[in-house]
Amino acid sequence: MIAQDLTIVLPEIILAVYAMLALLGAVYTLKDGAASLVLWITSAMLVIMAAWIGLSGQGTQIAFNGMFIDDGFSRFAKVVILLSSAAILLMGHEYMAKHDLLRFEYPILVVFAAIGMMVMVSAGDLIALYMGLELQSLSLYVVAALRRDSAKSTEAGLKYFVLGALSSGLLLYGASLTYGYAGTTLFSGIIETATAGEMSLGLIFGLVFLMAGLAFKVSAAPFHMWTPDVYEGSPTPVTAFFATAPKVAAMALFARVVHDAFGGAVGDWQQIIAFLSVLSMFLGAIAAIGQSNIKRLMAYSSIAHMGFALMGLAAGTAFGVQAMLIYMSIYVAMNIGTFAFILSMEKDGQPVSDIASLQMYSRREPAKALAMLVLMFSLAGVPPLVGFFGKLYVLRAAYEAGLGWLAVAGVIASVIGAFYYLRIVYYMYFGEETEELDKGTSPVLWGFLMASAAVMVFGVINLFGIESVAQAAAATLVN
Amino acid sequence: MATIILFAPLIGALICGFGWRIIGETAAQWTATILLFLAAVLSWIVFFIFDPTAHENGYYTVQLLTWIESGTLTSDWAIRIDRLTAIMLVVINSVSALVHLYSLGYMAHDDNFREGESYRPRFFAYLSFFTFAMLMLVTADNMVQLFFGWEGVGVASYLLINFYFRKPSANAAAMKAFIVNRVGDLALILGMAAIYLQVDSIRFDDIFAAAPGLAEATITFLWTDWNAANLIGILLFIGAMGKSAQLFLHTWLPDAMEGPTPVSALIHAATMVTAGVFLVCRMSPIMEFAPAALAFITAVGAVTAFFAATVGLVQTDIKRVIAYSTCSQLGYMFVAAGVGVYSVAMFHLFTHAFFKAMLFLGAGSVIHAMHHEQDMMNYGGLRKKIPYTFWAMMIGTLAITGVGVPLTYFGFAGFLSKDAVIESAYVGAQGAFWLLVIAAAMTSFYSWRLMFLTFYGRPRGDKHTHEHAHESPMVMLIPLGVLGLGAVFSGMIWYNSFFGHTDQVARFFGVPYEEVHEESHGDTHSESAEAGKDEHHYVFAGQPGQGAIYVSPENTTLDDAHKVPTWVKVAPFIAMLAGFFLAFQMYIRRPDLPGKLAENQWPLYQFLLNKWYFDEIYDFLFVRGAKNIGRFLWKKGDGAVIDGGINGLAMGIIPMLTRLAGRAQSGYLFHYVFAMVIGIAVLITWMTLASGAN
Repeated sequence: MIAQDLTIVLPEIILAVYAMLALLGAVYTLKDGAASLVLWITSAMLVIMAAWIGLSGQGTQIAFNGMFIDDGFSRFAKVVILLSSAAILLMGHEYMAKHDLLRFEYPILVVFAAIGMMVMVSAGDLIALYMGLELQSLSLYVVAALRRDSAKSTEAGLKYFVLGALSSGLLLYGASLTYGYAGTTLFSGIIETATAGEMSLGLIFGLVFLMAGLAFKVSAAPFHMWTPDVYEGSPTPVTAFFATAPKVAAMALFARVVHDAFGGAVGDWQQIIAFLSVLSMFLGAIAAIGQSNIKRLMAYSSIAHMGFALMGLAAGTAFGVQAMLIYMSIYVAMNIGTFAFILSMEKDGQPVSDIASLQMYSRREPAKALAMLVLMFSLAGVPPLVGFFGKLYVLRAAYEAGLGWLAVAGVIASVIGAFYYLRIVYYMYFGEETEELDKGTSPVLWGFLMASAAVMVFGVINLFGIESVAQAAAATLVN
Repeated sequence: MATIILFAPLIGALICGFGWRIIGETAAQWTATILLFLAAVLSWIVFFIFDPTAHENGYYTVQLLTWIESGTLTSDWAIRIDRLTAIMLVVINSVSALVHLYSLGYMAHDDNFREGESYRPRFFAYLSFFTFAMLMLVTADNMVQLFFGWEGVGVASYLLINFYFRKPSANAAAMKAFIVNRVGDLALILGMAAIYLQVDSIRFDDIFAAAPGLAEATITFLWTDWNAANLIGILLFIGAMGKSAQLFLHTWLPDAMEGPTPVSALIHAATMVTAGVFLVCRMSPIMEFAPAALAFITAVGAVTAFFAATVGLVQTDIKRVIAYSTCSQLGYMFVAAGVGVYSVAMFHLFTHAFFKAMLFLGAGSVIHAMHHEQDMMNYGGLRKKIPYTFWAMMIGTLAITGVGVPLTYFGFAGFLSKDAVIESAYVGAQGAFWLLVIAAAMTSFYSWRLMFLTFYGRPRGDKHTHEHAHESPMVMLIPLGVLGLGAVFSGMIWYNSFFGHTDQVARFFGVPYEEVHEESHGDTHSESAEAGKDEHHYVFAGQPGQGAIYVSPENTTLDDAHKVPTWVKVAPFIAMLAGFFLAFQMYIRRPDLPGKLAENQWPLYQFLLNKWYFDEIYDFLFVRGAKNIGRFLWKKGDGAVIDGGINGLAMGIIPMLTRLAGRAQSGYLFHYVFAMVIGIAVLITWMTLASGAN
């Protein structure tokens, strides 16, 4: 029995063992001298795991009496998480090395965070959920403060830690309320109580607190306040990491909780998610307008995008989950490209994050400017780029679920949000020439940027088949 | 071959319009012209070798591609060649090719453009594009393709009327043409929609096959129940009225003369304006089942023929006279279609294209000679100065007034076709007959008035201009000569094909027919059986969709038209003579008479001179109101509400919210925690209330 359970969690175990071995190995040998090597091996490990999970897994398997679920949905999320983690690691390598940040702990912490995320998306129990969440969070607190000699980075890590602790408290409170009223921590048990007749007020309280904790993780308004500060303060590769894998994990966990544990009470949580969604979309769109720092801008952008992903979730249908998964995949692909660009923004060897420094960038680097233009248009949801189809999916899901008002609000918010994306394009193509950014980009960043832009353009043909995969994944979650 | 005919003008337009910078202006013009001559020659070949009996149902189609496929709505892009199309191909491509050639001379110098401006390739590209659109219209095998061509010629017409884009009057005329046509087009779209609603297809084959059923069906439209066939017929005809400048929707045609004269000849005389007639003939299977629509067509056609002729009597602008004449002649064609002899409508269309294009090109030659002077009051005595033009105009005038030997088949083109229309009208609608005869007298009067004022008498107006009047170059005279051949002979050659005995016409159009014997065909209509005493008596006997046109077996107008009393056959000739002698009297013998008459009959003169005050009435009824609404929506609706709202939102409210959000992001942890706690408090309260309400 236990052997079977262990087989199911084998990817997580392998990664964990690898991470600990790497940690010990590096400590006793070369220390930071081995950082590059560890980073490359880690990336390779992550990609291998992603391939293994993506290609081998099938069916739904349950381990540890329902605490751990391995199904199509979790595998989809895991593949996205692992691949994006690997991509971010590779992208950040040069930056970290250049700015003397390349500690060997960095890739290992990313692996631990990834393991936490994998547990999150596979959680079938409140305890497993919390375990995964905390493993991920604790790793992230540390990487946020990776630049120990920078006040901003330290501040970011600390802020994130304090607020994260608060949100963990909220989540735990919700979990204990739920346990108290449902009598079990298993999702399969909770859903029985939630479906049987009226939801008790205690259970609703539990649900609200749980969701508040999760909303913090996806940085949905009004639990988003940490995001801009942490994004700005963290080293850029870490920011890129924040913007991608943890968002996918938290969003998947969100879907897991509301569908697996509270699937019978769609009417209750639908309102909350719709509320979070509309607030996030508008806040992300409006607050970003005032930003001149591209990292803060991307923070608000991610808030707005989480609003859209939540819109899919708010639909409460299998199609809604499919739309959410598609949206998140597209979002991750866009962000990888955008952060590859941001990582390459340097002046005299120092990183720059002021968007005004992009003035007339198209004249100096036409190819990169064009790729960035494509990404910005895609982020803004301009047809026919892939970003538009992501929005189309969630809007359709919301509309078909009877949330027409939410879809309308989404469209309005995306119009407002288009402003700041287009402003970047405006600077690049029509601004006044001022200071010059350094020329030349590392081939890795250049490759990620171009690949991401190419995906945005050529993905319109069939979205690389992600549609049917996401559909299958969603079907295993919602039934 | 059909494909080449269709695409040669398009290729010409593209090469000429976009490629002239590479190949040069002259080469571009010649390319377009030569391609059109190619199309014209091929059209004549198609016309002569086309044998309706060789094809099932008298036509064949060349499939180009599938254009639209959506639900039950499918539309191919196909070329349908039948007799109607073949006739139109000949008319369009011949006139267009000659107009291209003519324009080489006419457009060589133009004072409306500045030195060094390249307007010529643009002109030729538009002309060729127009030709392509017109060919699309006539070769359509479904309603949507027809509509594409219909709108395409509208666009080309707009561009060409507005060719002198620096002239405000040309701008206004172009807009007027476009907007008035929109009114008709709306009805055409409604008609197409009604067809699609009833037949569930827009392909001609399906529509024609379903035509008998339409006569039984009813449609509710504008809160009233209508017979489907009648409603569709009337709506389609209103569309045709717009394009063919029939009464009420005619006001754009005289103004369209703002365009260069070759344009007037091609678009506003020979081809585009006849698209309406073509449409009615093409839709003959539906029209045959729509008696009310046919009556409406006849009435509008006859009144237009009469109205336009009266206005033509007093106009002094040479092109406007011919424009009203066109309007009037289109009325003739519609009367023919309205009384059910579609072949005669096509006959008049065919001959009219030649002599009217000729008159326009002749007028253009006069205008060219007179340095763009268009007022006939400033002409006079030009016969000696421009003899070739004079003779061309003379042939055109003889043709339009209908000179020929009464009671024989010997005469100018207009003599045969117009008499055919009038005789048919006598059978079909007596009232229309009288209007047409009177209009024929007036036609003769204004045509001869034009001739006398222009070519006879003493020179009037600017002496300098008269001294420098010169004959046009050969490229302009050759087209006149070719059209002259058509104006003289086209009527005599094809008389039997269009207006012969039923069997001849039926063979020409590929319609099945059968001989009628009193005994053996007891089931045929009694009237035709009665008339069947004649030895060679045939009736049309096809199903709708068989052949280029459909004439129901009961419809014997064509046959009866040959049996009208002799006085009816002579009537148009008498009317023509009357008009001629009156004009001779007034403008040659007693040149002071017109002025006196105008003084005596001041109100009537003003009424006619102001075109029955149609423009003023429309201005009062529609234009002013629409303008006011437009101004209100522009200033108040768009400017104040929409612009104001958007600007207020984008420049006032959103930045304010942005500042607010920026301030909330203070950087203090306790503010952040506060926001989270507030958020959870709100959610808890909300959920408690919401679930408590359950």
